[in-house]
Amino acid sequence: MSALERIKAAKAKYEEKVAKTLQKMPERKPAFVNTSGIPVERVYTPLDLEDFDYMEKLGFPGDFPYTRGVQPTAYRGRFWTMRQYAGFGSAQETNERYHYLLNAGQTGLSVAFDLPTQIGYDSDHELARGEVGKVGVAIDSLWDMETLFKGIPLDKVSTSMTINSPAAILMAMYLVLAEKQNISYDKLRGTIQNDILKEYSSRGTYIFPPRPSMKIITDIFEYCSKEVPQWNTISISGYHIREAGATAVQEVAFTLANGFAYVDAAIKAGLPVDTFGPRLSFFFNAHADFLEEVAKFRAARRIWAKTMKERFGAKDPRSLMLRFHTQTAGCTLTAQQPLNNIVRVAFQAMSAVLGGTQSLHTNSMDEALALPSEQAVQVALRTQQLIAYETGVADTVDPLAGSYYIEKLTDEIEARAQAYIDTIEKMGGPVVAIEKGYIQKEIQESAYRYQKEIESNERIIVGLNKFQVQEEKPKELLKVDPTVRDKQIERLKELKAQRDAAAVSQALAGVKEAAQTGANLMPPILAAVRAMATLGEICDTLRDVFGEYEAAPFV
Amino acid sequence: MPERKIRVLAAKPGLDGHDRGIKVICAALRDAGMEVIYTGLRQTPEQIVSAAIQEDVDVIAMSCLSGAHDYLFPRVTELLKEKGVQDILVLGGGIIPEEDIPTLKASGIAEIFTPGATTTQIIDFIRNNIRRN
Repeated sequence: MSALERIKAAKAKYEEKVAKTLQKMPERKPAFVNTSGIPVERVYTPLDLEDFDYMEKLGFPGDFPYTRGVQPTAYRGRFWTMRQYAGFGSAQETNERYHYLLNAGQTGLSVAFDLPTQIGYDSDHELARGEVGKVGVAIDSLWDMETLFKGIPLDKVSTSMTINSPAAILMAMYLVLAEKQNISYDKLRGTIQNDILKEYSSRGTYIFPPRPSMKIITDIFEYCSKEVPQWNTISISGYHIREAGATAVQEVAFTLANGFAYVDAAIKAGLPVDTFGPRLSFFFNAHADFLEEVAKFRAARRIWAKTMKERFGAKDPRSLMLRFHTQTAGCTLTAQQPLNNIVRVAFQAMSAVLGGTQSLHTNSMDEALALPSEQAVQVALRTQQLIAYETGVADTVDPLAGSYYIEKLTDEIEARAQAYIDTIEKMGGPVVAIEKGYIQKEIQESAYRYQKEIESNERIIVGLNKFQVQEEKPKELLKVDPTVRDKQIERLKELKAQRDAAAVSQALAGVKEAAQTGANLMPPILAAVRAMATLGEICDTLRDVFGEYEAAPFV
Repeated sequence: MPERKIRVLAAKPGLDGHDRGIKVICAALRDAGMEVIYTGLRQTPEQIVSAAIQEDVDVIAMSCLSGAHDYLFPRVTELLKEKGVQDILVLGGGIIPEEDIPTLKASGIAEIFTPGATTTQIIDFIRNNIRRN
């Protein structure tokens, strides 16, 4: 009898035993299903992986298809980058928070900008009222950027900037700041998010219509591939897609579909795939279902590698490697019993580490209540340090590989995500799918289903719909200085009085011309930043040429 | 004559893009038999008030997770007062610190729903507090 036959025979006996047990003690639920709607079986065995070819499906860490990770030694060489997303109020306050985080052992910076900055308005714009400095730091000009990084040598940190529509402008500010610190561009390491497609479907900070937005993105790819070779020119983000309500499978599918659209656009713009492919990076969510998440990261790596190789003909191994940042799931945090969030975050962070993340943000326990306090941020960072230094999970590469369940689930997520990707491709790609509202509707339906599961107690959230206690709402929450907007407006006035107005106009005319002729926008934007043009002025110049995106509310 | 359905304007004031909550509420209110008009993102208080009057709604339900509620929500109730509108029930929701709630209510927001609130609570609140029939 072969090994598999012996297992089959043993499984038949096991099933008999199960049948008897079920008569005495039924299971908790009639059927077990994960958040992606994938059935979860009672037990997994080699029978679930009958045709499993190790070399084809997994290979070794650092080898195609990179299921087991993109580096041969993973965290045995160096831990992931511990990078807490932070920013609020003025550049000065945020700069203080950065020094605090770096002193606490954080290894990379991650800039949160306020909404006016993200949508290309200066702090004195009418639509910025109420929003200045709230969800991030307010940056109007190079002046603010200088304050933000005061005392931080740019060749010593890697910096991630969550900026999309105006990414080219913030990137230019960072480059000019490097010039002022006498640091050459090739020493700079970091990431700009620069992922417009998920803004249309899930996050909302778009400015221009899709076509010119894609053009700006490919301009950045082209410019940075030559001038800023260590910079990640995009962080293709599933995080916000998941936060908007998508399932794990939808997160992988919609994110990778967007990724392929950027690759396609850049190739059509004349860039060879291996010039920009190695600088593409990703950003995923680490949600509550621990094993589903681990499998998700592994499946995403495999789909990316195969598609880059087979569909786009990438040859450079770095173009095939899906490198990603992870953040724990803000949407799983509860305002009730906020201390419980520390535990949620720890499990989610652990799934990201077991999934092989390159960098990680752990959410703070008080995020369902307000911006994180300093103490909450410290616990969040300590959670990562604990996983790294105490748990031992970082000592061997991809330790869950070979688990019958993990491998089966990785295959299943890959297949289901690929089916979605194919559907989107048939529709004409993500831009068309977003214009038709397809992606938004898929996400909304999942979000509504999730909420109904909670309200019917089908899905238990500890402290929310079970194990509740009477509690007082916490008081020690971070409050943003309400005078930030006034101070920013004063600074803008001062800036405008001091700078050479003619030089600004000339530089903005250069931006306009490039926007009209289709020349690469990075050089004129750099010139405008050097001339002290504001973010709002540069964006308005682009708005004049490109127009603004009008979203149809698909509800 | 059939009973008029409760009409709700669901709105996202300000620049905040977090629309998961408001969209879930739109779906739940519709399933509860209400008529819901969703404004989409980035609405100014002026746009919200004029849409509410034009659509003749009974309820304005606003959501804001960016922290700008302290300016935006009271601005909507202020504009309603300026226009002499008294019979629209105004609700707010989002990441709203406890200590901000009394001021918001004093400005005329009938109720503030924070994380953990259920769609059933919101539906019941609307049915019990609607100001016109």
